[in-house]
Amino acid sequence: MTASALPSRLSAAPLLLAVTACGAVALWLALDPSLGRLLLEWLPYLARGFAMNILISVLAMALGTLAGIVLGAMELAPVRLVRAAAIAYVQVFRNAPHLVLIFATTYIFPFEIVAFGHYVPFPDWVKAVIGLAIPASAHTAEITRGALQSIPTPQWDAAKGLGFSRIEALRFIILPQCLRRALPPWMNLYASICMGTALASLVGVHELLHAATDASTAVSRTDFTVLTYVTVLFAFFLFCYPVSRLTQRLERRLAR
Amino acid sequence: MTASSTPLVALEDVHLSFGANEVLKGIDLTVARGEAVSIIGPSGSGKSTILRCINALLAPSRGRITVNGVRVDALRSEAERIALRKRIGIVFQQYNLFPHLTVLDNITIAPIRILKENRAAAESHARALLERVRLADKVAAYPGQLSGGQQQRVAIARALAMRPDLVLFDEVTSALDPETVGEVLAVIRGLVREGMTSLLVTHEMRFAEEISDKVVFTENGRIVEEGPPAQIFHRSGNPRIRQFVRGLGAREAVQPGEGI
Repeated sequence: MTASALPSRLSAAPLLLAVTACGAVALWLALDPSLGRLLLEWLPYLARGFAMNILISVLAMALGTLAGIVLGAMELAPVRLVRAAAIAYVQVFRNAPHLVLIFATTYIFPFEIVAFGHYVPFPDWVKAVIGLAIPASAHTAEITRGALQSIPTPQWDAAKGLGFSRIEALRFIILPQCLRRALPPWMNLYASICMGTALASLVGVHELLHAATDASTAVSRTDFTVLTYVTVLFAFFLFCYPVSRLTQRLERRLAR
Repeated sequence: MTASSTPLVALEDVHLSFGANEVLKGIDLTVARGEAVSIIGPSGSGKSTILRCINALLAPSRGRITVNGVRVDALRSEAERIALRKRIGIVFQQYNLFPHLTVLDNITIAPIRILKENRAAAESHARALLERVRLADKVAAYPGQLSGGQQQRVAIARALAMRPDLVLFDEVTSALDPETVGEVLAVIRGLVREGMTSLLVTHEMRFAEEISDKVVFTENGRIVEEGPPAQIFHRSGNPRIRQFVRGLGAREAVQPGEGI
């Protein structure tokens, strides 16, 4: 009973903070209606920006997760060369700042690709996806490796004894068991990658922070600038907080 | 049972070392089709290692292992070892069920994924096997919700789902509390009576005596004596075997090991 009461008590604090912040903003808007109208005017523009953040984060995470699971398995491969290559990749990119990787992918990749005589544009936001997918894959690899190593060897013996190959055992027996252990750190990683998408504004990707800068420059009112950036903060909170709540709920449901 | 002309399993002069530690020092052993053979002996004498060599979970450093005409010691590729393991069931001391799958899925996953059976056929076979190990009401349970004896019976059903030619039982009752030993032994007894070729490593002396066609006593990586159960348990000329059998027999006498 007390165990189930604990998470809800923990969640009360950020919720209270959010409600207080909402109240303060509402009061502020009530005092100056023109500010509210301005915000309402710019809100769709900001929303389009935020959609880009979500798109980048989801794609980067999907790409990074797929690559990371393979890399994590490679880190434990029986072939030494495969193991060494995966470990080198993971160590290099796990320890690189996200911003550096975004800059690197932006300037390394061309702005368009020639394919079968057609010029296919290679937009900046796709480069940002790759720039964030790289650290996501390195971190997912480490999460995967840790989860794989936490599965006791008799599980491998049982799978092999039934005629599973190494890859089949990994796919059907071992990795599904890793899910429970890997989910919480993976969701944390998602939150971190999601916040990292704001860095894409620095290479000109039209996401929320970029849109906020546009808005505050266009309106050029100090109170509006403050309100815009508060809105940005709030948007990230509204998106990332439910993700962390969902993680906790999944963890509890998976802990059978 | 009569020993048929070509044994299903034959080990000849099998040696195996873990580093400098020589675990098997020349094992010769045959199991005929339909026969039940028990391996007994003190802990650390290499009993489980013998089983793991037969299904190629371990590779011997020397000697010949033949299963159903296939030279196991000569298998080089994983594909060949997989083909062998599909034909050999193994049941472990710690059950090793897959904790993320229900009882039904534990039994059907290998037939579906490895033998490519269709799901409906695999499930109806699994239900029949669960009926037989008297766990028909546990299809939807997870391993963590079952007692040790129940988990071990599911593990036996999982091995049988592959329709093996041979089942290896590796101290399958050693981790169980005495009350549930009987229900597991009853299942194995039924299998042996139906003619399932079985090789058991066991500490259940009275059970081994009752069901085995042949009993093998190992110590320090060698076979000390083998023969019909009556010979090993009652007429052995070897004082070491007499002492071992008497010691364990006395320990077992206080356990309700033959509950069913």
